[in-house]
Formats: sequence, C-alpha cells, structure tokens
Amino acid sequence: MATNPDALSPARPTAPAPDARIPDGPLDQKWKRRRFEMKLVNPANKRRYRIIVVGTGLAGGAAAASLGELGYEVLSFCIQDSPRRAHSIAAQGGINAAKNYQNDGDSVERLFYDTVKGGDFRSREANVYRLAELSLNIIDQCAAQGVPFAREYGGMLANRSFGGALVSRTFYARGQTGQQLLLGAYQALARQTAAGTVTQYPRAEMLELVVVDGRARGIVVRDLVTGRVGSFAAHAVVLATGGYGNVFFLSTNAKNSNATAIWRAHRKGALFANPCYTQIHPTCIPRAGAYQSKLTLMSESLRNDGRVWVPKRPGDARRPEEIPDSDRDYYLERMYPTYGNLAPRDISSRAAKTVCDEGRGVGPGGLGVYLDFRDAFARLGRRVLDERYGNLFEMYERITGDDPHVAPMRIYPAVHYTMGGLWVDYDLMSTIPGLFVAGEANFSDHGANRLGASALMQGLADGYFIVPYTVGDYLAHGGIAKLDEGHAAFRDAERDVAERTRRLLGVGGRKPVDDFHRELGELLWEDCGMARSRESLTRALERIPRIEEAFWRDLRVTGTGEELNQELERAGRVADYFELARLMCWDALQRNESAGGHFRVEHQTPEGEAARNDAEYAHVSAWEWRGPGEEPVLHKEPLRFEHVPLQQRSYK
Amino acid sequence: MRIFLEIWRQRSAADEGGFVRYDVPDVTEHMSFLEMLDVLNRRLVEAGDPPVAFDSDCREGICGMCGFLVNGQPHGPLRNATICQTHMRHFADGDMLRLEPWRAAAFPVLRDLCVDRGALDRIIASGGYVTVRTGSAPEANAIPVPKEAADRAMEAAACIGCGACVAACPNASAALFTGSKVTHLGVLPQGQAERRRRVVSMTEQARAEGFGHCTTIGACSRVCPAGIQLEVIARMNRDWLIAALSRREEEEPVAIAPRSSPMRFYEQAPPKTQR
Repeated sequence: MATNPDALSPARPTAPAPDARIPDGPLDQKWKRRRFEMKLVNPANKRRYRIIVVGTGLAGGAAAASLGELGYEVLSFCIQDSPRRAHSIAAQGGINAAKNYQNDGDSVERLFYDTVKGGDFRSREANVYRLAELSLNIIDQCAAQGVPFAREYGGMLANRSFGGALVSRTFYARGQTGQQLLLGAYQALARQTAAGTVTQYPRAEMLELVVVDGRARGIVVRDLVTGRVGSFAAHAVVLATGGYGNVFFLSTNAKNSNATAIWRAHRKGALFANPCYTQIHPTCIPRAGAYQSKLTLMSESLRNDGRVWVPKRPGDARRPEEIPDSDRDYYLERMYPTYGNLAPRDISSRAAKTVCDEGRGVGPGGLGVYLDFRDAFARLGRRVLDERYGNLFEMYERITGDDPHVAPMRIYPAVHYTMGGLWVDYDLMSTIPGLFVAGEANFSDHGANRLGASALMQGLADGYFIVPYTVGDYLAHGGIAKLDEGHAAFRDAERDVAERTRRLLGVGGRKPVDDFHRELGELLWEDCGMARSRESLTRALERIPRIEEAFWRDLRVTGTGEELNQELERAGRVADYFELARLMCWDALQRNESAGGHFRVEHQTPEGEAARNDAEYAHVSAWEWRGPGEEPVLHKEPLRFEHVPLQQRSYK
Repeated sequence: MRIFLEIWRQRSAADEGGFVRYDVPDVTEHMSFLEMLDVLNRRLVEAGDPPVAFDSDCREGICGMCGFLVNGQPHGPLRNATICQTHMRHFADGDMLRLEPWRAAAFPVLRDLCVDRGALDRIIASGGYVTVRTGSAPEANAIPVPKEAADRAMEAAACIGCGACVAACPNASAALFTGSKVTHLGVLPQGQAERRRRVVSMTEQARAEGFGHCTTIGACSRVCPAGIQLEVIARMNRDWLIAALSRREEEEPVAIAPRSSPMRFYEQAPPKTQR
C-alpha cells in the first residue's frame, strides 16, 4: 500500500457506487413496502435450506433463533464455550425504544432524528428510520421472553435517560441490560436447538469464507478444542461477529472479540465501509499498568446522576473531596449547557482529552477525570443511587480498590465500539450475494458516532426483524446451485487455512503474539485514536508494516495446530489486524473532514468542534480489497438527507 | 510481590494431568488475577513452553467464561466476584496458590484449567425459556409485572452460568444454576404457561447430565459470583413438588426435526447431502 497521502486527491477517480437498494416511497413506508415486495419461501421447502450464522450475540443469536423458528436448517457457530457468552452480554446501560411511555414527547420520528444527528449525518436515513420503527417491536419481544426489565411500582416498564437525547427512552435491567437481552435470545436459540432446527457449534472459529460462482456458500471452521479444520456448506451465510475494537489491544471489548471473520469476508470481496469510525467511550476505568489486558467500561447511565469535572488549576494535587466547587471545572456543563453531562460520547471523550491535554487530568499520568456522585447522594440518598447503579459501584470498587460512595470515580475514554464494518445494502446483504452481515459487524445505522443504548437496539432489530425476512427473500429468488463440502472451493479454502496455521507456527522467533498486538494498539491509539491528523496517519501507515514485518520474523507460537492452542488463535487474529489497521488509517487519511468519532485536528470549528465537509464527504466510504500491500479501491455511496436537514451538530 | 503457583496441567481430555509449580516474582497488587497469569504465560512462551490454558473473555465478571479453583475455592477468596475481577491486592507476598479446574463428572477437562460446560446449555435447552415466536409478542406494557416480581426475577436471572456452584458442591449438583432459571421465569407472568413442565424437564436433564442431588448445604450460594440465593433452590423444589403431584402422563414436546446430538461439535463433517 502506498503511503503518499497526495495520491489521494479528491479528483482521483473512484469505482462505481454500490447499490444500497433502498426502496422508493415515503420514509415511513419504505420498510413496509420492501417487506411486501419480498418473495416468500414455500414453508415446506424451508427445511431444505441451510443457513450458517456465525456469532451468537444479540444479532446472531436472535437471527439464528428466528430463522430456526421459521423452519430453516440453521448452523450456529461461536468462539466461546457457550452461545450465552457472546460479548453482547457485557452491555450495561440499556436499550432505546421510542415507546414514549414517559409521555415526554418521544416518537419514532424523534428517535430517528436523534440517531441521524447523533451519527453526525453519516448514516442512511432509510436504515435509521427502520431501526427506530423496529425499536417498538424489540421491547415487546423481549418482555414476552421474560427479560426482567426494570419496572415501576404499578408494574409498567421504567425508563432512564442516555446521552444525546432529551427524552427518557432507555429500557434497562439494572446495569446488566445486555446480559438479560442476550439470555432472552440465547434461550430462544436453546429452544430451537432442542427442536432440532438449530445445531450449535461452540468453541468454533470461522477462518475462511467460501465463495462459489460469486455467492457466499459456506465457511471453514477450526474446532478450538481439537484443532480440527472442517468445512460447512450452506445456501446463505450470516456474519454477526461483532466489531473490531480489539485492533487497539486495549478496549472494552472481550478478550476474544476479533475481526477475523469479517476480514476474511472482506478479502473474499465484501466491501468494508467507514473503517475509521471508531467510538471512544468517555467513561471507562483508566489503565493501571503495562500488564493491563483490557479496559472496563462504566455505563454511560452513570452520567444521569454523576457530574464530570477536573480541577480548574493544572497540577492541583489536593484530594478531590478537598477541592471546593469554586476550584472545580464541571467542563461538560460549562461547554454544553443544554445537554451537560449527557453530551454524546464522541463529544464527551474529546472534551476529556482536551482538559487532560491542558494538564488538568487527575490520577497517574494525568489521564483521568472525575465522575462525582456527591451531589446526587445529597439529593437522592444512598439507597436510591445503589438501586440504580449498585452493581456498577461494586464493579468500580473491585477493580480500583476505591469506594465511589466516598470519593469520586476516576474515568478516562477508551475504545468501545466500531461504527464501521462490512458494507451492507438495505437488506443487510454485503457485496457478496448470500453473505448477510448483522449487528456491530456491519456499518449500517450509526454513521460516524453511535448514541448510547443504540447498539443493543440495532443488534436485535437486525437479528429478530430484518435478517429473517431478507435471507428468505434471497433464497426465494433461487438460482443457488447445489453443492456440498466436497466442492473444490472448500478444499482450496481448507488448504489456505492450513497454510496460514503452518506459517504462524513456523516463524520460530522469540516474542509472544501479545507483544506485537500491544505495539500495534498503542500506535493506533496515538495516531488513529481520539484525534487524527494527516501527519499522524501518514506516520502510522509507515510504521504498521514494520510491526507486521517484525511479527512475521520474530513471532513465537508454542504447541501445534492439532490441540487447544490459545496462542495460535490470537496469532491468527493479530495477523489480520495489521491489514485492518492499515485500512483504518487509510480511510481516516482519505476523509478530509471531522465527523463524529473521526476527529481530524485540521478540520475543527473555532470552538474546537468537529467540522464536517458535506460538499465532499457526505458519503459512505466502501473499500475494496486488492491484495496484500495493494492500495484499496474506494467506492463511494452518496448519502442524501431529505428529512433531517444537514446542520452542524450542537449540544450547547 | 512474589506469588508461587501450583497449576493443574493436562494436555487434553485423554491425557493424564498433574500439578506443576511456577514462581511469578513480578506481581503488582493492581493486576487482576488473570493478568498475573498473562504475565506467567508470556514468560512461558518466551521460554518455549506451552502456556497455561485458561478460559476468559469479558474480564468484567459478566460472561461467565472464566473460573477455576484457587486453593480449593471457586473463583478464589473474594465473595461475589469472578476470578477475572479478583485483583492481586487480595493476596500477600509469598502466597502459594493451587489452581485447578472445576471438578465435576459433568464438566470434563479439555486442557489445563479449561472445562466443557455444555451440560449447562443442555439444561437450558430442556426447558429454560418462554415459548414465544419472534413477532408474536403482545404490547410490552399489556402485561404488568409487579416490581417485586421483576426484582426477584432479575436477582435470579443474574446467574452468569460459570459453574462455580457445581464446583463448590460436594455432590456436584447444578441445583443453584437450574433453580435460578426456574425462579427467573417462574416468578414472571410470562413464564407461567410452561412453569410446571419446565421445572420437571430441567431437573431431569440435570440428573441425566451427571450432576448430583442437592442436599441444601449452601456452598454453591456462598461462592456464587452473581450472589444467587439458596431461595431459588427452595422455589425450584416447591415448583417441582407441585408439578410432580399434579402431573399427568404427558408426552414430550414434539421436536420439529430431532437430531442426534445437539450442542456438540462435529466429530465428522456433517452428512453430505446435495444442497
């Protein structure tokens, strides 16, 4: 890949725009119309269709269960030892839905508006509108499954507020909303497993996508216990394998979350959209030492009652409780009086970076800000706050050894979510026919920044209410040839997987895989993290290949491929991260504007806010893989805003 | 601080295992327990030795993937915490810690500290759900749930499925795990239709998996990282008694297309059919 940024002048010709296949007609009729236009599969034929679903989080679990209910033969794969452990389980705060139960003026239109605006006008209006519509069905479905949402004394569902919204539309189950929603989907999946429509393959990692005659026809999988590599053929493949935040090494993602499934699909022809849009979450526990293996999120819901501040004076060494209000800077309330502590994530994270860069950060290295509950304790009392956030307070104390009842929490931004992902059309189908992508793995709904409590909403909308219909439509159109695992394409893919494994085991160097991963992650955090510049991105594009080269020269993976080998698993994932990291930097370099989570220091307003360039960059950047070390090809999907007029985002 | 470890090493389910001693001299109190093992593993790899296999994923105490015995205690000495949430400040310089995998016939050891907990998934699949088809749900507020019921359900539903309760139990019983799901769904209006069938099928499945009988010792509840109370076992027993007394000869729910071994990884490639 060339590293000369001048090779990327806007005049450079780009490849044709992919067709998003957005239905015609008024915004609120599009999904209805699309569903009516869909061809249906004869119920008697459904069991003859095999569908592979990779990943068992909210999107994958819900999709596999729903497809199984419809009668398809579903094969469900996950890398964990049980589908119930997918990383959706760690989502804390809640799930948005436009129910307007609080009578505070919410509506589908308002949720749609907030999400498009929150995404800094870089998402598709049609997709976001559908998401807002489906949010209503999700809450109904989950309540019926027995998800123990928080309730009011009359038995009705309770809500709380989240960032980027002035209405209270977030449904929650203590600080464990993701866990409870995932267990709902997992139980639906378990029901289908018992019914025989779904077969579970836990501890199984997809290592290759198999494409035959231009269609996704199966996957190659490694059994993580025995190391056996095997193939599975199907009529359609659904990837719901989550985001790629772990490319940064330190993130709030689970240790095993990785990008290999989507990256393999990308290399097989699926376009990768907006890779530079990563979300840095403002409220995480700061890192403690060089041995740190991951970062822990403190739910955004804490900002409902907690106030964020730093000392006014740089280098103020007093203990926080000794600093009087007059010497505190509640900077979010000062900078964004309307939204205050509930400013969206990208804005809150950048503000934290700004005050820390000014030398006013607190804690070791000055990389932290206070999240203080003093006033809330005085106003509401300990019992009310413990009811709301008890498990989060405990979690904080367990990790840091400090009690947030006594002293304020110390927090700092951390990589949390990736808005980018495989490009999909309105039906959530990638540019490879028959390959569907759901949840965080796709790029579809959040634009350049995701609002809190919207990831769970999108995962379940995709899994329960979109993929089961659109996959059926794809199958009903026919033209899918008969084939089985004996097809030469599967042998070739298995051989490629075996060759990669042999290469990783055969480097014969000295350093463990995590060393390289940490180095890559630190580089990305510095050069392609909360703030990026042409200079930092150019530097990163030069340095990533050097780390990659060192990896292939000095890596040591112990053991063999024919056993449970966690070092080998990690090595394969990190090998893919090098290529992905370059694409992220390349995309960030090409996007000469700031938007949401993508903040280019050259492009900011006089007040230091993100300055978009709608004339040139109101498009989705979908990248085509051209081979290792080759320059990717850009396909631009233009974005049109007909219902939410383009404007500078303001939360002041 | 310096920590001495005795870790159960076993290459695969088919191999013999044994304890091996390790010395980790460069531990700091802010490390999590698993980060301490990361440090050990890093050194083992550098020396060309196979690292210790242990499961972990979220490292926040919610996914339930991690877990092993530390000096005989599931998830170590800290109450209401998984081992991934336990930090080294809870140990002292020079401590000798013995790490071994969950010990239960229903949890075969896969390698070192990793075990197969598929039995727990099969208990859920035997009835731990509400039968509701996607798209068939009524308006969410159409069925009020008293706050007390929602709170009881939430307490029980907090189970993370880690298996510590089984490892703590002298009978290797899964009663706390099974009882938590029976209680979660049994106290909600949505779970009433299948309440009796559920408790019978789930307890039968637990027995078939090789979990022992509950004698209400309470070791499970003491080690549970999610703080599940023994009350869930009492509720399960009560529901089971009512279900058993009022039970009629009912046929098993009809499977749509029964297959031989759900929840198992393929031994051979799946049957070759023309597709």
